[in-house]
Amino acid sequence: MTDRPIKVLIAKPGLDGHDRGAKVLARGLRDEGFEVVYTGLRQTPEMIVTAALQEDVDVVGLSILSGAHMTLLPKVTRLLRERGLDDVLVTAGGIIPDDDIPALEEAGVAAVFGPGTTIAEVAAYIRSHVRPPEA
Amino acid sequence: MSEPGIRALELADAAVAGDRRALARLLTAVENRTAIAEAALRHLYPSTGRAHLVGITGAPGAGKSTLVAALIAEVRAVGRAVAVVAVDPSSPITGGALLGDRVRMQAYASDDGVFIRSMASRGHAGGLAATSTSAATVLDAAGFDLVLLETVGTGQSEVEVAAAADTTVVLETPEMGDEVQAIKAGLLEVADIVVVNKGDRPGAQRTAAQLRAMLMSTASPRVAAGSRDTSSVARDERADRPRPKRPDVLITTASTGEGVPALLAALDRHRAAGREGLADGARLARAEAQVWAIVSERLRERFHGAASGNVTASTLRAVAEHRLDPYAAADRLLASITGDRPAD
Repeated sequence: MTDRPIKVLIAKPGLDGHDRGAKVLARGLRDEGFEVVYTGLRQTPEMIVTAALQEDVDVVGLSILSGAHMTLLPKVTRLLRERGLDDVLVTAGGIIPDDDIPALEEAGVAAVFGPGTTIAEVAAYIRSHVRPPEA
Repeated sequence: MSEPGIRALELADAAVAGDRRALARLLTAVENRTAIAEAALRHLYPSTGRAHLVGITGAPGAGKSTLVAALIAEVRAVGRAVAVVAVDPSSPITGGALLGDRVRMQAYASDDGVFIRSMASRGHAGGLAATSTSAATVLDAAGFDLVLLETVGTGQSEVEVAAAADTTVVLETPEMGDEVQAIKAGLLEVADIVVVNKGDRPGAQRTAAQLRAMLMSTASPRVAAGSRDTSSVARDERADRPRPKRPDVLITTASTGEGVPALLAALDRHRAAGREGLADGARLARAEAQVWAIVSERLRERFHGAASGNVTASTLRAVAEHRLDPYAAADRLLASITGDRPAD
């Protein structure tokens, strides 16, 4: 089967308790035909990377509102690389100032989606940037 | 050797040697039913059959994921390696799925003795994904002592897990229904262990008592020792007839772990009984289900390829417009593939 669904992990690193956005995104990507693994609130980078590895996801989508993105997101991308998951597409969303985006991209975050991004935009980005499936 | 064959052996050997990334990739291949998956499964099959495969099933919200998390904690406390295959439904409309079972199982990020994999059902209707049994086989080969198969939230008749697992646990919750619910055919019949979860809720004891009464009395009455009216013929018939199970009924509160040690002990007892040959029939039934599933899949693939699009479309149109009945259409399609004369 070559048209197998793209698998996406939606995770919330850090301590903020606001997961409405992440849930709406998870639900929206489900409706776009993705298989979405939702792991819930208060994930450590280690939990996120273990889930990404065990689930063999194509994409890790990180939702963060707490302001700790400059420490947590680079830690996730570094751990992904350390565990051999450097071909996984990493995206982020939430409240992330524009000024921080270049440094996050430098750290391996492929795209940052700010408030107002539509589900369709996220889905289109994922479809065009995801790794090709193994035969 | 073919290229997928070589890649399959690499992945399979790495997965067995403890490489979790390779294991995860192999499971993806299994889910996608690639050539790599088939070659790897053939390679691994002789070294499987060691793990205890436990099915966990029950209605949506009964607490399956929470119970699985509690079982993981209990099993890890004694150092056994445990893997989970957690199935959630795929959308019949978009094919997408929301896999949310990990939410309750996240405490083991740095524990190599725990491996959790979510699977979408991908249109398969029996409570599992079509590839869940194969995924369990891979995890068995990778050395996990206990493999938990968590089904989608089930209704009354999704009993497939019983064929896939050595031991089937059916979850109920207090006040799920009256005694008539307990004597209906279906899900409860395939239980080796019935668990009344949410044991801290009112009515848990009563629900367990009702289930015990109903499930025990539906099981075939034991023939009294020395009973005179059992001729050898009658006894043989009795032995051949499929017999209802007499499941243990336990109470747990998965969210606190209450009752979970007793559940694990019951699982271990059932496993030990299976090793003494009592589960021979179950193993044969599983082999039969697996082989026939592959046979029908291969036939379907072959026929799909062979049936010409035109014949299919025009035949389907005739059925849709009630000019042809679906049985005749099926015979006509089969005949176009096999070259036989359609049966009239």
